[in-house]
Amino acid sequence: MEKIALLIEFKDGQVKKANFGMATLVRRAGLASCGLVVNAPAEDAGAALAPYGVAQIIAVQAAGPDGAWNPDRWAGAVAAAMERFGISQLIGLTSPQGRDLLPRVAARMDAPLIMDCIDIDLQNRLATTTQYSGKTLATIRMSGRCAVYGLRLNAIEAQKAPAAAAETLAFDYAGNDDGSFTVIETRSGDAGTQNLAEADVIFSGGRGLKNGENFKLLFDCARLVPGAAVGASRVAVDAGWVPYRMQVGQTGGKVNPRVYIACGISGSVQHFAGMKSSGMIIAVNTDPQAAIIANCDYYAVADLFEVLTELRHQLATAADREP
Amino acid sequence: MPPFKIYVCVKHVPDSAATITVMGPNRIDTNITFLINPYDEHALTEAARLRERHGSAEVVAVCLGPSAAENTLRSAMAMGADRSILVVTTRDHDSIFTARALKSAIVQDGEPGIVLTGKEAIDTEGMQTLFRLAANLGLPAATNVVKLTLEPGSALVECEKEGGAVDILRLRLPCVIGAGKGLNTPRYPTFPDIMKSRKKEVRKIELAALGVPAAESRMEIVELKPALENRSPKALTGSPAEIARRIAAILKEEARVM
Repeated sequence: MEKIALLIEFKDGQVKKANFGMATLVRRAGLASCGLVVNAPAEDAGAALAPYGVAQIIAVQAAGPDGAWNPDRWAGAVAAAMERFGISQLIGLTSPQGRDLLPRVAARMDAPLIMDCIDIDLQNRLATTTQYSGKTLATIRMSGRCAVYGLRLNAIEAQKAPAAAAETLAFDYAGNDDGSFTVIETRSGDAGTQNLAEADVIFSGGRGLKNGENFKLLFDCARLVPGAAVGASRVAVDAGWVPYRMQVGQTGGKVNPRVYIACGISGSVQHFAGMKSSGMIIAVNTDPQAAIIANCDYYAVADLFEVLTELRHQLATAADREP
Repeated sequence: MPPFKIYVCVKHVPDSAATITVMGPNRIDTNITFLINPYDEHALTEAARLRERHGSAEVVAVCLGPSAAENTLRSAMAMGADRSILVVTTRDHDSIFTARALKSAIVQDGEPGIVLTGKEAIDTEGMQTLFRLAANLGLPAATNVVKLTLEPGSALVECEKEGGAVDILRLRLPCVIGAGKGLNTPRYPTFPDIMKSRKKEVRKIELAALGVPAAESRMEIVELKPALENRSPKALTGSPAEIARRIAAILKEEARVM
């Protein structure tokens, strides 16, 4: 039987909840998966993943002289663990870490890789993803000894399916560090901010926000909704109102939240390329002709400042907190 | 001393605003505007900047694509490449093969001092060719690079991750760099740049003549279909307070995110 592994991601020492969708995907196909963790506590991973049906953890140790995180060494360790344990299919997340790690693993193994999968047929090694800025859906057949997949965040809803407590297998990776790739420093980002790619709800602002200060209104609303983050259109970023890392779109982040609230965003093709797979799109715009109004689930032709000020109040009341 | 060679791999991609029409089981209608992949513009701008700081450097743009990709290479040369190489093919290739072809074209031409390209292509969004090229060349690689400084024998790079987090890496030269959007502001060509680019060399090599080694694995599109837009917009009307109440109710009861 094929051995399928999930490359488990942690954030601030916790197993990210985005991992659970991967476990559900494998289980739904009637297959078993093991969780591959690198330089992280196996017990925590086992405890977090067992309720989703993962009954085995492979704990890889690959720390080197420059610290715990080194994508090149991690990729070597993951590839070596796949060889050692006979893993033929590896699933990871299309997160910033996955974008750095999964292609390195696939390149080392000369294995096929599809990133940003919205669905995977593991039996037939078929991956479905979007192409051409989300305008087409492609089903891609992967041929080779092993296959690697990057699952889009939030693409599969996690469902509990408890397994027995996970057993742990340890694997130490020595590697042969030739000194060609060194991590000098890893600077952490803004503490407490929700990563856009993993947000459940995104309040996003565009030209209609008028300046950077007005984004405070979006941040205020986001703070009142669990798992919410603030995004921006290219116009808002190019104007210098907010940093590039907040940009959603073709040349910004691709997001997949359950709800995307577009405020003062016209909805260019390039913007849609970054958010069209959102579960629900709500648009607030003064222009009834804005493209986004024709391609959303709910829209209000209204002044976004008035609506958001009221919404902040409503959300604060719902959250029973001061606005 | 031989010139420091900077290779920039570029892709000929459909304009992001173009209408994509699916033809047959797995192809698109290519009778649309194609241009240089936007992330590759950042790679070219950076290559031109490195050349300015380096006494005797040469920037060579490399592309695997149809003969029409010559236009993309002309754009690359207008943005700063000194010359270019087009590996001519008549069909699409997966990134496993593409990386092999780019490697063959580069090593046949010269010894790279550094290789730059965009962090991903906006058409197939595979995010992996640069890593495969690096593995094939036996070189270190970094992606989403937002700052690049050359030091003797190495490159100091900053890679942007999530939420403003950054990895600072040192890669031994030569290395492969995947340009992120934060790396620079693309230097768009002036009219004289465009005129000059017309006189620069595009060396065309037929793919078959390059002797690209076959790969054991591959990825093949078995089905391509348009992504349907099936949203039916519903208006939220009333006063701002009423609209806000409706949105709060939708978040809570319909989307269940509260």
